[in-house]
Amino acid sequence: MHRFMRSPMAASWALASPVVLILTFFLLLPIGMITALSFWGSTEFSIYPAFQFDNYEYLFGSSVVRAVFIKTFTFAVITWAITLVIGFTVAYFLTFHVRTLTWQVVLFMVCTIPFLTSNIIRMISWVPFLGRNGIANKTLMDLGLTQEPVEWLLFSEFAVILAFVHLYSLFMVVPIFNTMMRIDKSLIEAARDAGASGFQILTNVVIPLTKPGIMIGSIFVVALVMGDFITVRFMSGSQVANVGRLISNDIGLLQYPSAAATAVVLLCTVLIIIAIMLKFVDIRKEL
Amino acid sequence: MTKFTKRNGLSRRTLLKGAAATMTAAGASTLGAPMIWAQSNIVLRQAGTGVSAFNEIAAKAQEDLGITLEMTALDSDSVSQRVATQPNSFDIADIEYWICKKVWPTGNLQAMDTSRIDNYDKIVSIFRDGKLTPESEIAQGTAPHTVGFVDGPGSTDFVDNESGWMTLIPTIYNADTLGIRPDLIGRPIDSWTELLNPEFKGKASILDISSIGIMDMAMVCEAMGEITYGDKGNMTREEIDKTIDIFIEAKRAGQFRAFWKSFDESVNLMASGEVVIQSMWSPAITAVRSQGVPCVYQPLKEGYRSWGGGIGLAANLDGAKLDAAYEYINWYLSGWAGGFLMRQGYYSAVPETSKDFMTEDEWGFWFEGKPAQNEITNPQGVVMEGPGTVRDGGSFYDRMGAVACWNAVMDENQYMVRKWNEFIAA
Repeated sequence: MHRFMRSPMAASWALASPVVLILTFFLLLPIGMITALSFWGSTEFSIYPAFQFDNYEYLFGSSVVRAVFIKTFTFAVITWAITLVIGFTVAYFLTFHVRTLTWQVVLFMVCTIPFLTSNIIRMISWVPFLGRNGIANKTLMDLGLTQEPVEWLLFSEFAVILAFVHLYSLFMVVPIFNTMMRIDKSLIEAARDAGASGFQILTNVVIPLTKPGIMIGSIFVVALVMGDFITVRFMSGSQVANVGRLISNDIGLLQYPSAAATAVVLLCTVLIIIAIMLKFVDIRKEL
Repeated sequence: MTKFTKRNGLSRRTLLKGAAATMTAAGASTLGAPMIWAQSNIVLRQAGTGVSAFNEIAAKAQEDLGITLEMTALDSDSVSQRVATQPNSFDIADIEYWICKKVWPTGNLQAMDTSRIDNYDKIVSIFRDGKLTPESEIAQGTAPHTVGFVDGPGSTDFVDNESGWMTLIPTIYNADTLGIRPDLIGRPIDSWTELLNPEFKGKASILDISSIGIMDMAMVCEAMGEITYGDKGNMTREEIDKTIDIFIEAKRAGQFRAFWKSFDESVNLMASGEVVIQSMWSPAITAVRSQGVPCVYQPLKEGYRSWGGGIGLAANLDGAKLDAAYEYINWYLSGWAGGFLMRQGYYSAVPETSKDFMTEDEWGFWFEGKPAQNEITNPQGVVMEGPGTVRDGGSFYDRMGAVACWNAVMDENQYMVRKWNEFIAA
């Protein structure tokens, strides 16, 4: 025993234990409870312990649930693609076109200014802007571009994706900017000396070296979009459903076991997506 | 000293929190609610839906009776669950009649001896025999009188006559209809069918609360002549399927601008002109008008969808606390509380006692449907209507006499909820 206490093993166990304890209590235990609850049964105003697969049967059998999952994926993919282009462009500009570190820091801070307000406020502020009598429609009509107000600007899938892109672009900018800043500038000079065009430098040097940042940003964006419910509810005027809204509806109707089962399926889906993404890039190796 | 808790202006988030808290507490055997005894005063814990949980009522009850009321406002689902699963966590349940239908069989509420209710004979007859006037027809749905009586103090079965044992003492009720923007529609609206009229494509809305939304849908489908319901308040699976299908088709055709879930959302949709016709609640109409935007609570020829709430006694109340609860109920029906609620646009169960607590002008405007002589203010002193205005729908008898159905809980409720989710996801 004494020997163990003095061995390096003991020190590493002791160092790891706070993390283990925190993760056990605040991550594993809640997930375990949610999983257990997902097998329970429920009536209109109570839940009772059981071990049944009713909730999962409904989830996998219903065409509505399937459509909702597909819609959630669609949102995730479109938002991911747009935020990637925006995030990469902004990071590229900051890294390679802004010369001094001071200006890089200043401009980077500018990017974060909208994020000083709350998520929900940023989202809801789109509503009066995009509405039928909103600024966007007023401007379009004043410019003579349209005669009638454009209806699909608000309470539509367009509005949902717009809000997602607005809310989550920064999560793409930050990690990409971070990895890009670490690229040794001499590599780019070397590429240029070797006769590479600007486009070739981008595809052969910058993008491969930025992959870990892209991947981290992608994980953030995909996880956030897949788990969202409030943005979809507000921006679509409750007309579009995603998985998060299925869960929140169930909770509102006190169908906790059903909500838990949906949450478990969603969690597994997101974990699988992230696992696939990590197959492409070994983040640890490249950081 | 008055001690009461009330959460005003509940956001969705606090509601969810409340639901989650109720959920957690359901696991424990008792809820550790604090007991506050001020001197020898009696404390009654009232749990209920937010509509009638007013601080002013608790303060006035304290002043008049020396009874301290601790009010807890929850959403209707959480209240149902609390009454059903935590019988010791409340003394008085302030619930709607359809919730009563759901939770009464649990035996957690006790029937009231009507001989101890002073104003029992003056209670509006809708709550006693279902008929507002002897000629009235009884509306569909969970009509209050159908779940208003049982045959003895411990009974869990409803009876269809005035047995002398009442489940809930009615406190607050109203007749709901569609709200419209007359300035943007520019022609008379007189039928529920207008909600699905292609003329209002992209400018209509319905509320995303399944138990109430389905009733509004039924009013529309029936008015269109598409479906003849056996009982709108208790649909069969085929009736639910057909109703939802009609609305899914309309949704796909772009009829709806948005759906709303909270009071504020309905106000914003209407005030901003995004929506010109939608399901709405009475106070929301007032909120739109107070922004200077014209908005009418449009009476429709097919009638109103009505709702009613009342207070019930917990099964475990006895002795001095039970006496205090009867005292509170008698006070509630004696006029002040009714007058207070009627000045918000609701109706009191015993209107004639409330009359003494309202000015002649207020009584004329809210109850008799007469044009206002002066400015009409709400109990907080905010001006609600100017001189000359007439209440939408007219008098009490015009409005409550035209009720087509009551908010209800169906036998096929869980099936209906799943179909409702399909409608939202469609």
